[in-house]
Amino acid sequence: MSSFKNVFDTYNWEETLQSIFSKTEDDVLRALSNAKRDLEDFKALISPAAKPYLEEMAQLSRQLTKKRFGNTIQMYSPMYLSNECQNICTYCGFSMTNKIPRRTLTDAEILKEVAYIKSKGYDHILLVTGEANKIVGVDYINNALKLIRAQFSNITIEVQPLLQDEYELLIDNGLYAVLVYQETYHREEYKKHHPKGKKSNFDFRLDTPDRLGKAGIHKIGLGALFGLEDWRADSFFTALHLKYLQKTYWKTKYSISFPRLRPHSGGLEPKVEMTDPDLVQLICAFRLLDEDVELSMSTRESEVFRNNIVNLGITSISAESKTNPGGYAVAPESLEQFEISDERPTEEITAMLKGNGLDVVWKDWTNNWE
Amino acid sequence: MLQIADKNFTSRLFTGTGKFSSSQVMREALLASESELVTVALKRVDVEDEQDDILQHLNHTHIHLLPNTSGVRNAKEAVFAAQLSREALETNWVKLEIHPDPKYLLPDPIETLKAAEELVKLGFVVMPYIHADPVLCKRLEEVGTQCVMPLGAPIGSNKGLKTQDFLEIIIDQSNVPVIVDAGIGAPSHAAYAMELGADAVLVNTAIAVSQNPVEMAKAFKMAVAAGRMAFEAKLAPVVHKKAAASSPLTSFLN
Repeated sequence: MSSFKNVFDTYNWEETLQSIFSKTEDDVLRALSNAKRDLEDFKALISPAAKPYLEEMAQLSRQLTKKRFGNTIQMYSPMYLSNECQNICTYCGFSMTNKIPRRTLTDAEILKEVAYIKSKGYDHILLVTGEANKIVGVDYINNALKLIRAQFSNITIEVQPLLQDEYELLIDNGLYAVLVYQETYHREEYKKHHPKGKKSNFDFRLDTPDRLGKAGIHKIGLGALFGLEDWRADSFFTALHLKYLQKTYWKTKYSISFPRLRPHSGGLEPKVEMTDPDLVQLICAFRLLDEDVELSMSTRESEVFRNNIVNLGITSISAESKTNPGGYAVAPESLEQFEISDERPTEEITAMLKGNGLDVVWKDWTNNWE
Repeated sequence: MLQIADKNFTSRLFTGTGKFSSSQVMREALLASESELVTVALKRVDVEDEQDDILQHLNHTHIHLLPNTSGVRNAKEAVFAAQLSREALETNWVKLEIHPDPKYLLPDPIETLKAAEELVKLGFVVMPYIHADPVLCKRLEEVGTQCVMPLGAPIGSNKGLKTQDFLEIIIDQSNVPVIVDAGIGAPSHAAYAMELGADAVLVNTAIAVSQNPVEMAKAFKMAVAAGRMAFEAKLAPVVHKKAAASSPLTSFLN
């Protein structure tokens, strides 16, 4: 069966990196001017040669985003269901060997969290778990979907990679989108950061979006965890993945997220640091590559960064997120997966967005058509 | 090099056999065009007759015949016609044309998709003539057609790429070759289609009805080659109007 792996295997990490770093000012100018941009243009736009053109990229990115998405931004809220995990991931607070209290929400606890999230106005929700198939398998996720389906117009999950028929089951019960980040497209580094557990299978994760596409999912979210490896090469492979998926599963929508490891935050120190200007450059490059792709921003980033990035290409944003199961109402004091940076309450974020001339969108789907 | 099914094509100009003043002129023009794929309407040839005038004049090592189903009105007739042509002309290639409307000869998308699915199952190399409809193109690709042939303008109109916006989407999305068929009236239209990234063009009327079909065939040959070369070389940027940064968006980074 053909999949992204067939495409991916024809590329080489070092050659890709070299090709990005050899892009010239002329390549950048061409990429800026082209009406349609391809992956070579994308390489130029994320290359060091594009750094002097950051303001121009930002202006273009803003124009294109406004053309396609208007003056709007979509709100969503994550909800962690469980921090049980059988994987060892070097960068994650839920990693199996971390001695932390483990919690998996019961039905009653899920509903209590939901009540809090709903009270803030959210109608699009992102359900998150670790990977513990016995406790938080497809049955648990399916149950959670059924439990909350009536209360949310749009439900996304970010859980362990599943099989096609499992996704089909979840879609039947109201699942709209799945986020599955490759973390890094560098095969050997991936192995180092995922030494144990089902997640150590690079290829199975790599082909997860293919299984989702075949299952007929509405939206797939891609991304890499910046800091594990060179962000430019990882972004190129994310873009390659995006373009492959768009051509293959043309009925599906796509979104890109930009999680990055921050230095000195107590967790894993990034091997390759990605600075604020780097992240702005990347977000703009994705918009210039693709006018339609959704670009998402979490609360990992700082207040100042988020206040400004909403003008530059981002189309959906979360606020006041808790990354611990029960963090909103059930057990607010428990340990988080990672420390969020922008802790402002939802009301403050929506006021900031409105101040930027953006209409805050809560509902942009209906999940009872099917 | 362009590949469709198991065949490689040096020339990206495909041609047709209708509307020429004589079979002799047709042959001279087609040879001058260096086209390697030439469509012929089944309804115009007598497949029983080995001495058929058109087929005789198309007999050349460079020319690969592409029978078309022009004249059929639905999927059932198209499948029948394709099977007939496979037997008689010894080729499993077929240009699928289903136009129930005899005036504008506009293709029926529903019947075309039905016929394409069945013909692919029967082992044909299916080249469907269709509207510049991006969704239909993906549906045809999914049932296994070897290319898609969206129209640039109504057939025989010589109006050029009236469907440009849709052709660009099709080219952008397609995993199979995109051949712009119908409506191309001038070499500049053909060159432009190639610059946009079309894999090939099919031209008939513009050559056949020209005052000098042989010279026009050569002109199309050069235009298609030039357009393709330009596409591969990548066009130089249009002079870029610098976005006016009245209020800088990135100053927060300083």
